[in-house]
Amino acid sequence: MTPELGKYATEVLSSYGVSVAILLALTGISLWRSRRIKAALDALEERLKNDG
Amino acid sequence: MSSIWEYANPKKFIATTDKVLPWITILAVSALVTGLIWGFWFTPEDVRQGATVKIIYLHVPSAMMAINAWVMMLIASLIWIVRRHHVSALAARAAAPVGMAMTLIALITGAIWGQPMWGTWWVWDPRLTSFLILFLFYLGYIALWAAIENDDTAADLTSMLCLVGSVFAVLSRYAVNFWNQGLHQGASLSLDKEENVSNVFYLPLLVCLAGFVMLFLALVLLRTRTEIRARRLRVLLARERMQ
Amino acid sequence: MKALLIRDLKLAFRSGGGFGLGLAFFLIVVILVPFGVGPRSDLHAIIAPGVLWLGALLACLLSLDRIFALDWEDGTLDLLATSPLPLESVANVKALAHWVTTGLPLVLVAPVLGLLLNLPPAGYLPLVISLLIGTPALSVIGTFGAALTVGLKRGGLLLSLLVLPLYMPTLIFGAEVARRGADGLNTTTAMLMLGGITCGAIALLPFASAAVLRANLR
Repeated sequence: MTPELGKYATEVLSSYGVSVAILLALTGISLWRSRRIKAALDALEERLKNDG
Repeated sequence: MSSIWEYANPKKFIATTDKVLPWITILAVSALVTGLIWGFWFTPEDVRQGATVKIIYLHVPSAMMAINAWVMMLIASLIWIVRRHHVSALAARAAAPVGMAMTLIALITGAIWGQPMWGTWWVWDPRLTSFLILFLFYLGYIALWAAIENDDTAADLTSMLCLVGSVFAVLSRYAVNFWNQGLHQGASLSLDKEENVSNVFYLPLLVCLAGFVMLFLALVLLRTRTEIRARRLRVLLARERMQ
Repeated sequence: MKALLIRDLKLAFRSGGGFGLGLAFFLIVVILVPFGVGPRSDLHAIIAPGVLWLGALLACLLSLDRIFALDWEDGTLDLLATSPLPLESVANVKALAHWVTTGLPLVLVAPVLGLLLNLPPAGYLPLVISLLIGTPALSVIGTFGAALTVGLKRGGLLLSLLVLPLYMPTLIFGAEVARRGADGLNTTTAMLMLGGITCGAIALLPFASAAVLRANLR
């Protein structure tokens, strides 16, 4: 399945692995923070609407 | 008559990105997946470098975005300094971690790529060293945003830091080249158009470049929306506390 | 403006003003290096120019937070901002005071410390000249960094993180002058670059420092 990487297999695989991992982590954190803050903002605006 | 400055309005920014972001995300994912799979699986090995040449599909786009992210932050900082659009300042803040991640990827892939050639995991090659310095600039910028409580003051300070930092980043580039002149000219990791002119290598690279650009765009838009909401959250909480 | 300079100099030389601490730190760092790298004098000779530059740079760094700290705390900075004296001049004077009390002493002491590290004879003059040209840049750049972090309680580490990358061009060219001089090579290009950076910093950074101070004082 993996292409014929020859003797540089570890280098190529680790490069791809680390890079994809960093990008996934960055995206995941950004999405999680986005959801968290949106939820907090919505909750607060709901509360202010009900109080005011 | 609509101008780009309309999007400086936070509400309009969020409304517009509501519609645009899903498409950008789809473009980003498809370009990245296509490009990386193409590059990883369906390209031949290089005569000299073997399979490590495949690292180019990560290293070059990330290096490009590492620099472009900082340039975008510089422009956004200038817009804040001149026109004081909050969305601009927040966009710069949002872009910094993305740029830093790109720099990190460029550094790691650069080091791994060079290891078979150099025999060590790190060399103070001018290009790698410049990216290491860029990483430090990102770190300082992000740290300053985190340290200042007042939003407007933070935007003012970080935009000045970005401005001054940009000048010194360029100076450092020349300084580092002077400091380590031509030690690795031959093994430089620059994209040599004459060397890699064959479409076999070049086309997947273009796709990966597009993917990285789209990913950067998607992440920055997403994060700017988060920053806008976070700022509104802070403002509302402060207002509530004062009542 | 002269009054401000004299006042700052007096404050620094007063006991508790921090004068001499930079020198002491420089001395200690230089003494520590052989313990870190081993006692071989030929090794010391090779690394001496760089170590001396690094020591001077770090000694400058450590005294940066004092530039605005006292005036921030007792409200003098607010007064200075509203006075007819332009804030850019205030920044310049502060940088000058820092250089006179920290940078200049380091330049004068460096040759003595060069003895400890077996600096080659040809290296003394280039070292002193490079430090003389480079330390003003360190003061001016440091003033910008100090202005950025002036309001923060534990701003010291952040200050270092912000300022050290900005120090790199000066360090690179300064140490190049010192090293090439010690090896007997031509130092003109490096010297010109070093001088250029210092002049540019002195000319332009005060505007940035003033803008940052204004932002912090609002």
